[in-house]
Amino acid sequence: MSSFVVSFRKNTTENTHVPPSTPLWVMVRREISSHIRSWRFVLLLGLVALTFFGSIYVSFGNIRDAVNNVKDPDHLFLYLKLLTTTDGNLPAFHVLLSFLGPLLGISLGFDAVNSEKQNGTLVRILAQPVYRDNLLLSKFTGSLVLVGVLFLVLTLIMVGAGIFVTGVMIEVEEALRILSFAIICVMYVGFWLSLSILLSIAFSQPATSALAAIGVWLFLTVFYQIGISMVVKALVPNTPIISETDILSYNELLFRLLRLAPSQLFTDATTTLLMPSVRSLGPITMEQMAGAIPSPLSYKESLMIVWPQVSGLIAATFACFALSYYLFMRREVRS
Amino acid sequence: MENPIIELRGLTKCYGSVKAVDDLNLSIQKGEIFGLLGPNGAGKTTTILMMLGLTEPTAGTAHVCGYNATTSPIPVKRKVGYMPDSLGFYDNMTALENLMYVGELNGIPQAEIKERALSVMRMVGLENEIDKKTSAYSRGMKQRLGLADVLIKQPDVVILDEPTLGIDPSGVKEFLTLIRQLSRQQGLTVLLSSHHLHHVQQVCDRVGIFVKGKLLVEGNMDTLSKNLFEGKSFEVLVTLRNKLTLPWEHESEFLQLDGVKQLGVNDREITVTCSHDNTPEIVRFFVLKGYEVMGVQRKEHGLDDIYQKYFENSLN
Repeated sequence: MSSFVVSFRKNTTENTHVPPSTPLWVMVRREISSHIRSWRFVLLLGLVALTFFGSIYVSFGNIRDAVNNVKDPDHLFLYLKLLTTTDGNLPAFHVLLSFLGPLLGISLGFDAVNSEKQNGTLVRILAQPVYRDNLLLSKFTGSLVLVGVLFLVLTLIMVGAGIFVTGVMIEVEEALRILSFAIICVMYVGFWLSLSILLSIAFSQPATSALAAIGVWLFLTVFYQIGISMVVKALVPNTPIISETDILSYNELLFRLLRLAPSQLFTDATTTLLMPSVRSLGPITMEQMAGAIPSPLSYKESLMIVWPQVSGLIAATFACFALSYYLFMRREVRS
Repeated sequence: MENPIIELRGLTKCYGSVKAVDDLNLSIQKGEIFGLLGPNGAGKTTTILMMLGLTEPTAGTAHVCGYNATTSPIPVKRKVGYMPDSLGFYDNMTALENLMYVGELNGIPQAEIKERALSVMRMVGLENEIDKKTSAYSRGMKQRLGLADVLIKQPDVVILDEPTLGIDPSGVKEFLTLIRQLSRQQGLTVLLSSHHLHHVQQVCDRVGIFVKGKLLVEGNMDTLSKNLFEGKSFEVLVTLRNKLTLPWEHESEFLQLDGVKQLGVNDREITVTCSHDNTPEIVRFFVLKGYEVMGVQRKEHGLDDIYQKYFENSLN
């Protein structure tokens, strides 16, 4: 033990001679520390923690029934059940997250650039020898690191509490699924984060950009789905007999259009990962089901199903980020 | 002649159809304190932003420390300290943390960063406010912190945009003395912009008057006033103890003096207009004639007049 301490000490003294860290990491560090010290983050943390512990509490109360339900092919995945079981009063954590995620992303990013510009810190920082994209990257990375740590901590708490309460060890597959669930949550928040950073560049007032981001969120979660189903309904011919293939194709169209909304992608991805028996995200014909045993899929197969969703989320995030990059790089910065 | 440290050639910036900066040519030598003087909206800040690569010129080039500021802004920013006109600091951090952050961004080694931050804070006289949050800072203190912020990177060139804005008169004097002192001690090149003539007059070696995107004139104060008032006459104001009785008996004799063109008498005050500066002869004349001279004032053309003159010209 003492030799370990000695070696540690040696290391720290050696570390004082390391070259200075790159501007990007300096900025990321400041970004994280300013978020952590802000009331905003404390409030968000409280909100997410409340949701998490609320839904976990409910699922702990119902876990016995869920595990004993032999008809459910997933009933032996104890930890996945912990995340998804509800008694109907409170939605499951991943469902709540599809609402909370945008809120988290928007509130961490809506004033990223314009408030700095208003405070006059932007021009001062850009007068230092740093690249402009470093500033954007640091805003994005800083918040994302925070969100990542938050979700990692929450899942570890959940697993820890599960082991403590039930005494059942977590299986590798469950661990993988829960970890990928956390990663997808971070990606989803990342999309809203990059969207709100984009809006914070486009609008000069933080209030405007916040409102715009919330507007986009409301549109995508509420009006978009209503609008799409209206459009698809209008497309369906008004004849009493529609062939089965037609119904299928219209359904397919509806799902495709719905999947343009990131919340749909998130719901699809998390549902598939947390419920291993989900085999398809669209309608399945009887021929496809023939011969299938109602058993859970393996992790790899579930991942294959959600892969398009995941890449869609990443692509949307990158599109927003690229656009903000484009807007910001050649803009004149004055206070 | 050595290479200028700041060299602007044909620098032009248009916003739509408005020319904010119009074909600006300027070179500043190392160690100089140059004052960019002009009314609000003359294009001073735009020019400065182009020197730092924070905005792109429509035409022309800006070379600072030998680098093209538009195409390679990073090496320029490494050598240039810029203090913007409206200073902002991160309010949730202390002054020292703000300074150390900028130091870190400039790649100052961790080991010496704190020491350096403390030394620049001492330099600008903020050693007692190190751990105060910057939100509690007064305007003048922020200005000083801004200067510390510029100095921590040990720049070759310091660009100050309206550094005297919003500080009280004694603060201005102190601030400008500090700038001058630093420039002389460390061989800093200083470019400061202002619309406050008197402030610029106090510290600058050379001044450029900048109106509507054009540099009307540049040079030191003497050449500026010489250029402007060449052919114009001097005025000497003599105040006597006793009233002059009119008509004045020595009037014709006085007008014989070399260069004297006009004479105006108002009670005890005599205004003499002459073609060149011959104050000594005028005083001698009065003394020899037995008048008691209370005061002699040679009217010089200050920056106010210079500025007014150029500003008027550009308006007409």
